[in-house]
Amino acid sequence: MADIRNFTLNFGPQHPAAHGVLRLVLEMDGETILKADPHVGLLHRGTEKLAEAKPFNASIGYMDRLDYVSMMCNEHAYVMAIEKLLGITIPERAQYIRTMFDEITRLLNHLMWLGAHGLDIGAMTVFLFCFREREDLMDCYEAVSGTRMHATYYRPGGVYRDLPDSMPQYQSSRWRSEADAKRLNEVRSGSLLDFIDAFTQRFPACVDEYETLLTDNRIWKQRTVNIGVVSPERAMQLGFTGAMLRGSGIAWDLRKKQPYEVYERMNFDIPVGVNGDCYDRYLVRVEEMRQSNRIVKQCVDWLRANPGPVMVEDYKLRPPRRADMKEDMEALIHHFKLFTEGYSVPAGETYAAVEAPKGEFGVYLVSDGANKPYRLKCRAPGFVHLSALGEMVEGHMLADVVSVIGTQDIVFGEVDR
Amino acid sequence: MSEHIEQLAARIEASLSGRVTRRASLSTDCADDVAAADLLAVATLLRDTPSLRFEVLIDAAGVDYHSYGVSEWRTNASASGFGRGVNRGGSDAAHEGPRFAVVYQLLSITHNERLSLRACCPNDEDPQLNSLVEVWASANWFEREAFDLFGITFNGHPDLRRLLTDYGFIGHPFRKDFPLVGNVEVRYDETLKRVVYEPVQIVPRTLVPRVIRDDNRWSPELTGGSGG
Repeated sequence: MADIRNFTLNFGPQHPAAHGVLRLVLEMDGETILKADPHVGLLHRGTEKLAEAKPFNASIGYMDRLDYVSMMCNEHAYVMAIEKLLGITIPERAQYIRTMFDEITRLLNHLMWLGAHGLDIGAMTVFLFCFREREDLMDCYEAVSGTRMHATYYRPGGVYRDLPDSMPQYQSSRWRSEADAKRLNEVRSGSLLDFIDAFTQRFPACVDEYETLLTDNRIWKQRTVNIGVVSPERAMQLGFTGAMLRGSGIAWDLRKKQPYEVYERMNFDIPVGVNGDCYDRYLVRVEEMRQSNRIVKQCVDWLRANPGPVMVEDYKLRPPRRADMKEDMEALIHHFKLFTEGYSVPAGETYAAVEAPKGEFGVYLVSDGANKPYRLKCRAPGFVHLSALGEMVEGHMLADVVSVIGTQDIVFGEVDR
Repeated sequence: MSEHIEQLAARIEASLSGRVTRRASLSTDCADDVAAADLLAVATLLRDTPSLRFEVLIDAAGVDYHSYGVSEWRTNASASGFGRGVNRGGSDAAHEGPRFAVVYQLLSITHNERLSLRACCPNDEDPQLNSLVEVWASANWFEREAFDLFGITFNGHPDLRRLLTDYGFIGHPFRKDFPLVGNVEVRYDETLKRVVYEPVQIVPRTLVPRVIRDDNRWSPELTGGSGG
């Protein structure tokens, strides 16, 4: 009789369904997984060590590159930690802008997740639909910060600048006809807030559209129902947060439970799953998109009615106005000091967390009173979720690994840091 | 907010009576220190005591206090090279007490509380702590990470391997005496037809020196809680 032994399979790091650079060493019994050992770190850039060698403000851009599909939420946790140590409160308008962009970021992230998750399990069209809406949200990023992804828009003390009064316009070219450009520019004729408002009007119908493709789809359900089931107790043991925890039936959301910025004034609901499988987590995230849309709408209404400053008036933290620097020696000195040395943060330590789209993104910051962080630790939700991957896929088929990776919403920028 | 924190601190004091000590922190945070030998027992109590119930280990961060409070700025500048006026390393460490610590961020979903628990490693040369994997399963990778980056050994960890660094990596990169540019660099060698490791050629440089200002805006007499 032939000698039968278990088969070890290497999955990734260059695999289209590995969401970046995940290497999985799978021990297989036929097509069933006995043990899965994720090898991470292929994208380890030492962000936290780099941040220790730079002034506080110089590391905001690194935060964008951690979870590179929910950029502003990462920045948010970092600037919140600095603000906590400095003991400053930011202007109300900046709080609303941050809340609005956190939710826009959540939409960006969930659209990316839905598209990629669908693509992994064989639903091609969803990806195209999701990226259509994602494009509009990226335009919002571009309008406000000048870049489509790595915004560096949140600063300790507020946000970099106020919302613009006009949107960038499409130009006709050899590839885009006059009529097409005109049609695309229709919603872009007003201010950024008009554009976002129009988006919130049409977005619920778009979510309906994604749902018609997936929610009752037989193949989708076969691939996700009862796959990767996590009980609520186990989810807490494993340190799950965000949709991974809510999918298991625990109504835990920092926006409700430990509200920051202006979330306590917002009217929205927290969707909760029942079975804790991939399908429930899908439903939770889709409903979160609808709720985020509601929050964005409420922020737009407030921001329209209430102009005001978006940054604290402390020249130790923000650059002075360009016009002041032409005449005022003091302003020039402040500008020079801010961009060469930066500002010193009082000694102490703190942990600040936000409800990022993937779960709790936290920043543990130790300062010894210097102009650079003494120790920065980013608590990435994906890192914790991925550590439970082995447990979640045990006993499943090889093809289900892809479903579970998809449902965990893994992005390697934040796992490896 | 601070009243709320005081209540939590009182509850911890009532059920752990003297096994943890408060450490200085912001008025919005609750932070405690625990002795390394008592870590496992205290962690179990924090999780299981009904009035505390810290069911989730949110984060565990290794910290190296080697150069805590050391300023790099020296005014007698040298005449050449990058990072003039910078005294890199070599200065006597200002920090007293244990060099390595692990800071655990705990979360109670039942009571909606957070707690920051710090355990210092008694031995600076061979830092060790008890593993908390049995208390919180999420400690697994956090401890692997701290082992990898700081060289802290966790006794009782089921699978203590390197996590983030390269296969066969030497050293613990997040220690303060590990250079930012690293010790080795890699390149593909055309003649050997493989990737080779070599000592780094770039020179460490400091563009912005680390400077600690006596900023009286943060002095306790002036801030009075409001800050800014």
